[in-house]
Amino acid sequence: MIEAENLCKYYAGVKAVDGVSFAIPRGVCFGLLGPNGAGKTTTVEMLEGIKTPSSGIIRYKGEPLGQRFRNEAGIMFQHTALQEFIRVDEVLKMFQQFYSHTRPIEELVEVCALEEFLTRDTRKLSGGQKQRLLLAIALINDPQVVFLDEPTTGLDPQSRRNLWHQVRRIKAENKTLVLTTHYMEEAFELCDEIIIMDHGVIIAQGNPKELLANHFDNSVITLPLSALPADFRADEASTLHPQDGQMEILSRDVDATIHYLAAQHIPLKQLQVRSPTLEDLFLELTGHHLRT
Amino acid sequence: MSIRRFLAALQARNLEFLRDRTALGWNLIMPVLIVMGFAFAFSTGQEELYKVGLYGQSDQDLAVHDFLQTRYVDFIPVDELERMIEKVDRHQIDLLLDLKNNRYWVNSTSPKGYLLEQLLTPYQLKREAVSGSEIRYVDWVIPGVLGMNIMFSALFGVGYVIVRYRKNGVLKRLRATPLSAFEFLSAQIASRLLMIVAVTVLVYAGTNLVVDFRMIGSYWLLFLILVLGALSMISVGLLVAARITSEEAANGLLNLISWPMMLLSGVWFSLEGSHPLVQNLALALPLTHMVDAARVVMIEGAGLADVTDQLFTLFLFTLCFVSIGSKTFRWE
Repeated sequence: MIEAENLCKYYAGVKAVDGVSFAIPRGVCFGLLGPNGAGKTTTVEMLEGIKTPSSGIIRYKGEPLGQRFRNEAGIMFQHTALQEFIRVDEVLKMFQQFYSHTRPIEELVEVCALEEFLTRDTRKLSGGQKQRLLLAIALINDPQVVFLDEPTTGLDPQSRRNLWHQVRRIKAENKTLVLTTHYMEEAFELCDEIIIMDHGVIIAQGNPKELLANHFDNSVITLPLSALPADFRADEASTLHPQDGQMEILSRDVDATIHYLAAQHIPLKQLQVRSPTLEDLFLELTGHHLRT
Repeated sequence: MSIRRFLAALQARNLEFLRDRTALGWNLIMPVLIVMGFAFAFSTGQEELYKVGLYGQSDQDLAVHDFLQTRYVDFIPVDELERMIEKVDRHQIDLLLDLKNNRYWVNSTSPKGYLLEQLLTPYQLKREAVSGSEIRYVDWVIPGVLGMNIMFSALFGVGYVIVRYRKNGVLKRLRATPLSAFEFLSAQIASRLLMIVAVTVLVYAGTNLVVDFRMIGSYWLLFLILVLGALSMISVGLLVAARITSEEAANGLLNLISWPMMLLSGVWFSLEGSHPLVQNLALALPLTHMVDAARVVMIEGAGLADVTDQLFTLFLFTLCFVSIGSKTFRWE
C-alpha cells in the first residue's frame, strides 16, 4: 500500500530521519514507536505528504503522493486545531465538502460517539471529545489508509480505552492503519507490525509478539531495592537491572530464581512477575528508557 | 478549482467572523465612534490656520510682501488655478492669490475669507468672488475613516488570521485534504471582501444617520472604489501571511504597514503642501488611492474618468500582491 525508501529529513544540520525504509501492506495496523525526538512524527508527516523528504522516495499504490492519495487518506494529527466559533456538525459538513467520496455523517457520529456534543462549539470540547471529532474528520472520506499520530497522548485512561475501541472498529473494516505512539502497551494492543525508531533510524522491525519472542526467553521479576541487601548478587539464571528504586531481575527460570531469593531470606511480599514488554525491548536495544 | 471546496472554506470563514461578536462589534462601532468624535470636535468648522493658495510667480509679488509675512496663515504654492478656485468655493482654502495678475478669489460666505480680505485691502488687488457652500472637515474625513477601517479589517482579518491558522495547525489539517492553496486563499479573500463590503455599507449608513455628510457622486462608482480598494488591502494582508509562522511577528509587521499607511495616506489631513518625499511615499500606498478616489467622488461628484488612474493603480496593486502572495504561500 505504502512504500518508503531510504527516507531522510534534515533540519539545519540535524538528522531528524536518517535513511528509513519500510513497506506497509494493505489492511494491517502499522505502528511507529519511539521516544520523543526519535523521528517518528517527522517520518509519518513525510508519509502523509505534509513534509517533503530531504531525500528518498514514498509511493502510495506504486505512485508518488498526489491528489489520489489526498482523496484516499484520512489523517488525525497530533497537534492540530479547528477553525473557531464553528460547531461540531458544521466542521463535519465542511470537511465532507472537500472530498468527492464520503461517509454519511450520521454513521460517523455513531462510530465516533459524537452525538452528545454534535451542536457544541469546537472550542468547548474536552480532550477526549476533540480526539473523537478529529478521528471522525480523518474517517470522513471513507479512507483506505488512516494515519493516527499519537492519538491518545494526554488522554485519561478511560478516553484512551474508548479510542482503542474505535481503532479496533476501523481495523475491522479492513482499512490500513498507520499509528505512531510512545505508549508501548498501545502498540502491543493494536498493531500487527511495528518499527521502533531512535535517533532517526529504525532499530527493530516486525510483529510485536514475534519481536518479543525473538529477543527474550525470560520473565521480569521486580522487587523494591530496599528489600535487597547491598551485596545482593543474581543467581545463574538471571541478570540484574536496577532502576527507579526497583530491581528488575531478568530470569530465564522464574521458579529457580524465586527459590534462590527465598533461600537468601529476602522478603517477597512486594515481588511481581511479568512477561517482557516492548518497553523492555527498547531498553534492551538502546540501553535507555523509552519515556525519558 | 472546485467550487464546492471553495464554498465550504468560504462558509467556515464567514461563520467564524460573524460569530466572533467582539471583533464584529469592534469593526462596526469603532468607525462610527471616530466619525462622531470628529463631527463633534469640528462642529464649528474651525481650523487652526488660515490657508491661502499662492498661484504663479511674479516680480510684482513684492507688492504683497507684507501680507505674505502674516503670522498664523499657511501660504501654499499651487499650480492648478481651476482646481484651487473650486477649493475656495468649498471652503477648503480660505483665499487664493494670483500673484501674476494681481487678483484674488474669496468665498463671500466664508468668515475666514472675509478676515483675510480685510488684510489685503491696502494692496488694491482685483476681487473675484465665489459663493459655494462649505465642506466641513467631517465631510472631508469620512472617506478617510471608512478607508482606514477597511485597511485594518483587511490587513488583520486576512494577514493575522492566516498566520494564526498556520501556527495552531488549522492549515496543516486543511492541507491534508484535497483543498488546494488556491481554493483556500480565494475563500479567505472572498470572505473578507464580503464582510468588508457589508460592514462598510452598514457603517456608511449608520454614520450618515448621525452626521449628514456630503455625497454628491455616483454610489456605483463609490462601490467600485470600495471593492477595488478592499481587494488591494486584502492582498497586502495575504502577502504578509504568505510565510510568517509567529503571530507576534505578523502583528508587528502588520502594525508597521498599517500605521504609516494611516498617517501618510491623507486619512486625517491633506498632504497638500507637505514635503514631496512624503507625497511620493503616499503614492506607493494603496490606501492613498482609495481615499483620494472616494473623496473626489463624494465631495466633488467626480465621475469614472476622473478616478480611472486611482482605480487602475488599485487593480495593479492587487494583481501584484496576490501574485507574489500566492506564489510564496506556504501551508507550514
